[in-house]
Amino acid sequence: MRAFADLLDRLSLTSSRNAKLTMVRDYLRATPDPDRGWALAALTGELTFDAVKPAFIRKAVEARMDAQLFAWSYDYVGDLAEAVSLVWPARPGANREPLLSEVVEGLRTATRAEAQGRIEAWLDALPQARERWALLKLVTGGLRVGLSARLAKQATADVGAAAVAEVEELWHALTPPYAELFAWLEGRAEKPSSANPARFRPAMLAQALDEAVDFERLDPDHYAAEWKWDGIRVQAAFEDGVRRLYTRTGDDISRTFPDLLDALVDPGVLDGELLVIREGRVASFGDLQQRLNRKIVDGKLMAAFPAAIRAYDLLQEGADDLRGLPFSARRQRLEAFVARQTGGRIDLSPLQAFASWEDLAALRAAPPEGDPRIAEGLMLKRLDSAYEAGRPRGPWFKWKRDPFLVDAVLMYAQRGHGKRSSFYSDYTFGVWTGDAAAGRALTPVGKAYFGFTDDELKQIDKFVRDNTIERFGPVRSVRAEAHAGLVFEVAFEGLQRSSRHKSGVAMRFPRIHRIRWDKPPGEADELATLEAMLGPPLP
Amino acid sequence: MIRPQDLLCPRPEGLYCPPGDFYVDPVRPVGRAVITHGHADHARAGHGAVLATPETLAIMAERYGADFAIATEAAAYGRAMARDDVTVTLVPAGHVLGSAQAVVQWKGLTMVVSGDYKRRRDPTCPAFEPVPCDVFITEATFGLPVFRHPGDGEEVARLLRSVTQFPERSHMIGAYALGKAQRIIRLLREAGWDRTIYVHGALERLNGLYGRHGIDLGPLAPATGGAKADFAGQIIVAPPSALQDRWSRRFPDPVAAFASGWMQIRARARQRGVELPLVISDHADWDELTATVAEIRPAELWITHGREEALARWAELKGIPARALALVGYEDENDD
Repeated sequence: MRAFADLLDRLSLTSSRNAKLTMVRDYLRATPDPDRGWALAALTGELTFDAVKPAFIRKAVEARMDAQLFAWSYDYVGDLAEAVSLVWPARPGANREPLLSEVVEGLRTATRAEAQGRIEAWLDALPQARERWALLKLVTGGLRVGLSARLAKQATADVGAAAVAEVEELWHALTPPYAELFAWLEGRAEKPSSANPARFRPAMLAQALDEAVDFERLDPDHYAAEWKWDGIRVQAAFEDGVRRLYTRTGDDISRTFPDLLDALVDPGVLDGELLVIREGRVASFGDLQQRLNRKIVDGKLMAAFPAAIRAYDLLQEGADDLRGLPFSARRQRLEAFVARQTGGRIDLSPLQAFASWEDLAALRAAPPEGDPRIAEGLMLKRLDSAYEAGRPRGPWFKWKRDPFLVDAVLMYAQRGHGKRSSFYSDYTFGVWTGDAAAGRALTPVGKAYFGFTDDELKQIDKFVRDNTIERFGPVRSVRAEAHAGLVFEVAFEGLQRSSRHKSGVAMRFPRIHRIRWDKPPGEADELATLEAMLGPPLP
Repeated sequence: MIRPQDLLCPRPEGLYCPPGDFYVDPVRPVGRAVITHGHADHARAGHGAVLATPETLAIMAERYGADFAIATEAAAYGRAMARDDVTVTLVPAGHVLGSAQAVVQWKGLTMVVSGDYKRRRDPTCPAFEPVPCDVFITEATFGLPVFRHPGDGEEVARLLRSVTQFPERSHMIGAYALGKAQRIIRLLREAGWDRTIYVHGALERLNGLYGRHGIDLGPLAPATGGAKADFAGQIIVAPPSALQDRWSRRFPDPVAAFASGWMQIRARARQRGVELPLVISDHADWDELTATVAEIRPAELWITHGREEALARWAELKGIPARALALVGYEDENDD
């Protein structure tokens, strides 16, 4: 339990992706089976207990110590699991420290009443507050240490010299504590079979197109083009009577979209974009967000935000693995396949005809009326490309629409994390509201923490330090007046109305595009400019 | 009948002893002072006469210059000193080099002012000695049951594991310049780290002073100069304020560690951008505070500063009358 607790502790305070990978990989290498497998299951969210409710933990601790002293302690710490782990008044005569696997197996076989007794005994047996904290995190469900399942799988692949795609493809065929997976990664056994009905197939990803060099060397006759839809990439699988829906990283989201599960009438594995589609028209990303990350989905929600898949590839049809076929051949099979899926939840992402790159550029610059207007840009796929896991260089490109640009004024700067903790690297920027008569004021419209080089970061950091008006903990408010301040050209992908923001708008994916050292803040944009980009109000 | 408040009573300047006409750790300049230890909030410059251990006097002279007071008198541990009718004896407190409790005796009444203290072993100063007394006047910096410091050996081991795990990064430990920094360095030496430890300029004088008092800190070097890459795999000790300062940019992707009892609370670590909290404190934690009071079992417990209400409640539950003095001017340990 100690190594696992130390791992969670460090992960929760580390922001660097590489450092997290090292920590998880080293833990998995050093920890024996089955402990490491259970830890991996916990880190990937495959293992969740809600064996106990917070109220029980509170009751247990108050039975052992003065309630007033505990109340002050909890009040000071602010987090129940942490407060209890720190104050826990252990009773003497505890058993030996439990292994992680003993905790997991102990909970899996326990009734709720038994679980409570076991947890108290483990709390007594764990000598360090960190270990008690880790135990309480584990048993109350949700570790929340800032590690994605994908990153945990990457670290697992790093234990051997495997590619993360191999681990992802195997993933849904395996069950914790993954002894056969580690045996293979350590070269002690053959690769486990991934044969598992409706398993996830690692997705093929596209590179960003570099207009300056790629058009020179690419032949338009070798590529197909289609719109890049603004939803989430999904994989729908139906095999041997099993139906599943995955995100592009292999997270199973079947439960969130029960209305899509029956979309496939024929056995197969489909790659496409999850969208909200009403009467054949794609709704905004904001509508789709209403459906994401929901644990409970009711009929009302499904009716108000009907989900659908716009299909663009077919990886498996019946017993045939199509991934080795060229794109053009898969596309033919896809078109015929989609035509047979009569559930009304699947349509086809149409290919766009073009003769030259100039043609395509014109299409991208002026998308026709309808769904293409809210597409994110275009996708280019080489006609002879096989479906490869990961992001191979060359066969697929994404060519995003040019971002929206706005000139905004730096208002607040916050210290970054990890490597950037000595820099003010997170910026809140605003645009002008009001008019000359009533007086103009800045209203915040967004926050960005990337888009600049390291040298630029140093310069902005210096500017922030030299122009601080007020400090609030890690945040500084920066001089921002008509004739003194710093203007950023901010790029963003889209704009939505938002009642949560004072300005009434929220940017998607904002980043610093250029630093306008030359521009007086008074000449930055007004909120009206942003409002004009919104288009008609949503229903 | 002599009452304790006739011997020691709180005043805005600090705890005052009318029959001996002196203050203990006064926060403003006074005529006569007894100083328990060298931390700046307890040992200030500008008093008339100062009574303290020889080590504390040396620390004050190092920090403020030789003329920090008009007159000084050194009291070795255990030697009874007269202040008018009152006897003052300084007894080890285990906090930092030279730290002492002031045992104040008058007409058969014994009161002990603990100053800041801890009960665990510290390789840089002698251990706390409990003294039987009528009134024990304790600090309560970590006077809440959540503060239970782990063993310092475990914390140093975690640090060294991280150094091994990230050989391409440097590890930068924030530690208060007096006491904590030298203790961390000694603990690292005991754990077998015999390489050069790089130190911030703000620590150099006190490191030198500890060295002259026989505390071997091993090879040290200034953390300035040298290429960035030279600091990969190295340990740097600096005052806590340097962790997020521009000063830290000279090191390769430093892991920010902070040695403090406050690091027990995750939100505190997160707030300060600390990646590797080291729960190492020079103050008594909750278990040490309560064990000390239970061991001494004074007729009355007074609490100078910190989280007084919790410790007072605990004492009352144990049948020991407690009183919070709420003295102002003492900082929460090394909070920066």
